[in-house]
Amino acid sequence: MKVVVCVKQIPDPATPYSLEEGTHWLIRPAEQVLDDTDRYGVEMGLQLAQANEGTVALVSMGPSGNAQGIRQALAMGADKAVIIEDDGLRGSDALTTARVLAKAIEGEGYDLVIAGTESTDGYAGVVPQMLAELLGVPALTFATSVEADGGAVTIHRQTVDGYDVVVTDLPAVVSVTAGVVEPRYPTFKGIMDAKKKPVETVSLSDLGVETNETQQVASITEAPERQAGRKIEDEGEAFSEIVALLEERKVI
Amino acid sequence: MAKVWAFVEETNGAPSSLGLELLTKARELGEVTVVYLGAGGDDAFSVLGDHGAAAVLHANAGDRLPSAPLAAALAERAAADSPELILLGQAYTDRDVAGRLAARLGVGVLSNASDVRLTDEGVETDHEIFGGAQVATAAMTGGPHIVLARPKSFPAEPTGGGAPTVETLELPDVGTSEAKVTESHVEEREGPQLGDAAVVVSGGRGLGSADAYELIEKLAKPLRAATGATRAIVDAGWVPYAKQVGQTGKTVKPDVYIAAGISGAMQHLVGMKDSGTIIAINKDPDAPIFSVADLGIVGDVHKVLPQLIEALANR
Repeated sequence: MKVVVCVKQIPDPATPYSLEEGTHWLIRPAEQVLDDTDRYGVEMGLQLAQANEGTVALVSMGPSGNAQGIRQALAMGADKAVIIEDDGLRGSDALTTARVLAKAIEGEGYDLVIAGTESTDGYAGVVPQMLAELLGVPALTFATSVEADGGAVTIHRQTVDGYDVVVTDLPAVVSVTAGVVEPRYPTFKGIMDAKKKPVETVSLSDLGVETNETQQVASITEAPERQAGRKIEDEGEAFSEIVALLEERKVI
Repeated sequence: MAKVWAFVEETNGAPSSLGLELLTKARELGEVTVVYLGAGGDDAFSVLGDHGAAAVLHANAGDRLPSAPLAAALAERAAADSPELILLGQAYTDRDVAGRLAARLGVGVLSNASDVRLTDEGVETDHEIFGGAQVATAAMTGGPHIVLARPKSFPAEPTGGGAPTVETLELPDVGTSEAKVTESHVEEREGPQLGDAAVVVSGGRGLGSADAYELIEKLAKPLRAATGATRAIVDAGWVPYAKQVGQTGKTVKPDVYIAAGISGAMQHLVGMKDSGTIIAINKDPDAPIFSVADLGIVGDVHKVLPQLIEALANR
């Protein structure tokens, strides 16, 4: 089984994000990290590939920088990576992202494509669905569990009040929620091996995709700020302040 | 008048509250057609009419996963009807339909909108960024414009309208994109739900361990509160995804929100900062959660919560 996992390198979420003047695009440092949500997709892909004598290729769009985030995913055990990197992709919307990924995935060949439900930095949350439409396959989304054999895939799809069991034939796109599996930590051997694994960088013209952006951020304004209230240090009695406020609000 | 489509999904046999919010907004913007997904029926349609829908396109996917066939049907219909705006919500099926439909039509999607306006050039949307500290206004040209609005961005208000005209939207065969829903499970709904509870108690990484989430549940009980969580502890597997409050989880606006052991990452703030009263307990005096809290307690949740639980039990 050929498994392709979509991964993204993002600015470290522990650092403050800032936007470029004029374009309002997110500023991306050379040093980016693997989006934490992608570790679930990588782990899921590795487990399914192992159970079905398969391989796992990573596909990623964006400035590669030092590719540290991609190496993190390779260190978990993925076999190879393809990075689509092009100045023409700066500020891409979800549809352009999906078109680029679809082209790269078709070139790679696949039985199953796995992605997170949304990235942490852009969170449009529609790329897996667009990808599926462009590939002409089903999108089994918001999976909290995934099982696949050579011919079919079954997921538990998160719903508002529970879950649905959804089944389809391969090939398919599956988007996974955090917690679908417990991601492994890379071993020392994994980290060393990752340095030798193939990382291919391709451009828009290599893929033959043209971009056509229809969206732009027109302005950024400060939101009305919520006023902070009282802040008190707990010296053993602070709970009574909470009780008093709950009484005042007629909750109790 | 502009043609606007509002997507309304059926939940538990009735139009979802998110759907009615979208419908209320849509009727402000133009002439509304509701795209209704579900079994339907006179009761459901009359609720739509009561919220201002004059026309309903009714699709029933049965045991088919609806996104691909519905997107195919809507793409064809959009080519004929040319709606200016297709308004859906930031929710599971809405996102699936919007993504597939946008790819079919070759147009973008504006996600996570907190407001939407029609302009002479196209559509303009507001998006809260950086945890709601700033608002980005986005513009999209071309069309039709597909917008996903965050839940609770608009109130759902009835107009007292009469029964709408209902037309069945046939869902085509989509070949290799077909998938089947073979079972539906409703998880035990214990107590108040995040979406509509008057009080929400949420826990974060500061609880220290999965076991300590019990403190959140114990506090929630006497307050008849729903329980929530940050993304960090959902990712850590302490509690299920359904409890996640924030950018990639649920948006809540309860009368009172209690944040215990939550630092207040941007991701979390955007999902709860519009709550009526916010009470925060965190041991780090510089935690960003205190910047939105009406009452901030700098202290250890393992001391404050048990005291609070006991005080409530003794009342």
